[in-house]
Amino acid sequence: MAASYDYEDPSHYDTDSITHRTQQDQQPYDPTFVPDSVKTFVVHLYRHIREKNVYEIHQMYEGSFQKLSDRLFKDTPWPSVEAVAPYVDHDHVFCLLYKEMWFRHLYARLSPTPKQRIDSWDNYCSLFQVVLHGVVNMQLPNQWLWDMVDEFVYQFQSFCQYRAKMKNKSEQEIALLRQYDQAWNVYGVLNFLQALVEKSMISQILEQEKEGLEQFTATDGYDYNGGSNVLKVLGYFSMVGLLRVHCLLGDYHTGLKCLKPIDISQSGVYTSVIGSHITTIYHYGFANLMLRRLDKNATWVNRLSLKACSLHDLLRLEDESFSKPLRLKPNGFGEFEEEKFGLASVIESTIEQNNYVLWRRFFFPSTFLSSDGFRDLKIGVARCMHYHQKSPQYEQILKKNEQMYALLAISLSLCPQVKLVTEDVNTQLREKYGDKMIKMQRYDDEAFALYDELFSYACPKFITPSAPVYEEPLVNYNQDAYRLQLKLFLYEVKQQQLLSGVRTFLKLYSTISVGKLASYMEVDEPTVRSILMTYKHKTHVVNGDGKVTSNADVDFYINDDTIHVVESKTTKRYGDYFMRQIIKLEEIISDMDRVKLD
Amino acid sequence: MARERENPKPQQQQSPSSSYTVEELVAVNPYNPDILPDLENYVNEQVSSQTYSLNANLCLLRLYQFEPERMSTQIVSRILVKALMAMPAPDFSLCLFLIPERVQMEEPFKTLIVLSHYLETTRFRQFWDEAAKNRSVVEVVPGFEQAIQAYAIHVLSLTYQKVPRPVLAEAINVEGLSLDKFLEHQVTNCGWVLEKSQGRGQLVVLPRNEFNQPELKKSSADSIPLEHITRIFPILG
Repeated sequence: MAASYDYEDPSHYDTDSITHRTQQDQQPYDPTFVPDSVKTFVVHLYRHIREKNVYEIHQMYEGSFQKLSDRLFKDTPWPSVEAVAPYVDHDHVFCLLYKEMWFRHLYARLSPTPKQRIDSWDNYCSLFQVVLHGVVNMQLPNQWLWDMVDEFVYQFQSFCQYRAKMKNKSEQEIALLRQYDQAWNVYGVLNFLQALVEKSMISQILEQEKEGLEQFTATDGYDYNGGSNVLKVLGYFSMVGLLRVHCLLGDYHTGLKCLKPIDISQSGVYTSVIGSHITTIYHYGFANLMLRRLDKNATWVNRLSLKACSLHDLLRLEDESFSKPLRLKPNGFGEFEEEKFGLASVIESTIEQNNYVLWRRFFFPSTFLSSDGFRDLKIGVARCMHYHQKSPQYEQILKKNEQMYALLAISLSLCPQVKLVTEDVNTQLREKYGDKMIKMQRYDDEAFALYDELFSYACPKFITPSAPVYEEPLVNYNQDAYRLQLKLFLYEVKQQQLLSGVRTFLKLYSTISVGKLASYMEVDEPTVRSILMTYKHKTHVVNGDGKVTSNADVDFYINDDTIHVVESKTTKRYGDYFMRQIIKLEEIISDMDRVKLD
Repeated sequence: MARERENPKPQQQQSPSSSYTVEELVAVNPYNPDILPDLENYVNEQVSSQTYSLNANLCLLRLYQFEPERMSTQIVSRILVKALMAMPAPDFSLCLFLIPERVQMEEPFKTLIVLSHYLETTRFRQFWDEAAKNRSVVEVVPGFEQAIQAYAIHVLSLTYQKVPRPVLAEAINVEGLSLDKFLEHQVTNCGWVLEKSQGRGQLVVLPRNEFNQPELKKSSADSIPLEHITRIFPILG
């Protein structure tokens, strides 16, 4: 059961060890030594940032930084900010950005000391304050801005986990925690995210965009009129950050409220970065699962399946076609001219033409602006390459994908609506969880244990936000939040598990008397009536305006003593089906065109 | 800050300031520990004025979660009773997600959790018995009984076209003459109809809706939203 679930972070995010061992292990780490390649790196990055060359910044951020990290800083931190500052005119904002990356690298490859955790918090405070005061006039890649928000929330979560393990803390550590009790304080974290959302006016911008008064999604958040995208896009991603923090706290209702300005039924800036896309969908789905909003979850299941599909395709595409020659050219969509792809010479990676459409749809669902679009395309390709390097992020994304399948298995076991899931996702799901899902339909301890197992595997890493009570005996409380959420979820499962039995019987009859059903189910009449009403209650959701929606696969009504069963007819979505076929056909035709040209 | 501006007039003592309603206060300061006393007062106001704000209450529970030492058991229990009254909405579990487990093991929360379980599994007989044993917890909140009755009627009308009188009586915990009176009221105001069942007392015909009368269900036309069509515009062009 839950025993298999280990709350430890994966090794590269090992947060437990206190000593900064790796520094001393091999050659001594000299934070003041700046290798030439690092000099070149910061000088160029600084220049590109000043020149607002988003494309080059992205290249250096995604490519060069990773490469240098792999080559020179596999298990040591990067040179200290003080050491590189002279090469970048001691530029205040650049130094903050550098330090943010410095800490991120440290968290990913080494273990932060308690002091470093606190220093990183201070750095985020300075960085966000600069952004909030509106003095940043840079243009940074969405990927980078997303990573900032993502890492900020991650480090908060990591700090809470670390702080909650009080048992083996040294006196020194406890003294440090008490001294810096404002570091990673939950109010501070939430208020920073909230301030970014408010100050950026992002919800107003998104609102105005609907009326055509503003452009945001259309340009993927970038500002092509010489302005800065930093505050706006940080504000945008902070909404996702808030959703995530609230999910970690068990406040699903508020989390979803924070996400409201983003129309999740469509693609938007959140889909422009793969990490943000997955984080958004995952937490949205999880929150709805916990809220029992299975009507919403039906939509989510669709979105998720779309997502899982694309991700699956993407990964397969990368694996299969990485070594094949590149051949990109305009296809049925026709927004691109050939030279523009020629310009995209950085595309060393290779993508098969027939997968291109899929791939493109995945990365660039938003409208393309013909002149700027290709720049983003290149960024997309770089991103694609980046993920191929099996970076920690890539691993994380794979893991989230697996977790989403587990959530899907839970959702569909509680609310069997297989018709909502597309064929390929269904196949995948059956492959992974087919046996388990059949068992989960039953009402026994084994089914219960499976719900426990899947939930524990797929849930976010819940946190207890409050500081320990230092005056009392120190105990570990890092598992408390998780245990509570698990318990409440299983409570709900228990309430619903009686229902699968009645569902099975109802499927067999068009009419049956209450008494007869009671004797089949080996309970008395009042109990059967209760079970039937519970079934109605659990399968019918009332939304805010009092409108009732049903997500029952088998429905019925009772007339005095007789139950009348109504099998809900599957309404096939012919429209969607034909749309998909049209696009598929177009892809095949453009494939064939290419073959002829060769 | 809000406390300084407290209005001397007795009716308005509970409103945090003359210029902001509590709802606005929550919207502007969702993560501000200073509004905690205002939110606590607001819970009491919701109890006395028979109003309800899930957002404000969740905000308060969130502040308690961040600073457990400030938590008031009495306020939390009032929030939970209010959440029970919001059935069929899942508000009760939303609140529980934010309340530490060790608090949930204590009274009156244990009782409230049992009550919620009976409501979630529509075991109204047990619910009313248990509620009767714990009047001190639930009866401090006016309108409790009516709210639960409304929930029972909601579930009944999803389930039944015609419900036997005893089943209804059990669900809403009303019997005999008072039930006659209640039915009379429903017949005139809510379109209920009373029928004689074969030999065994009364049948109550509940108003038709698409859930107890599936024929009423609108067949959702197979329409495609425009944005889906736009996806194939480039191909069509």
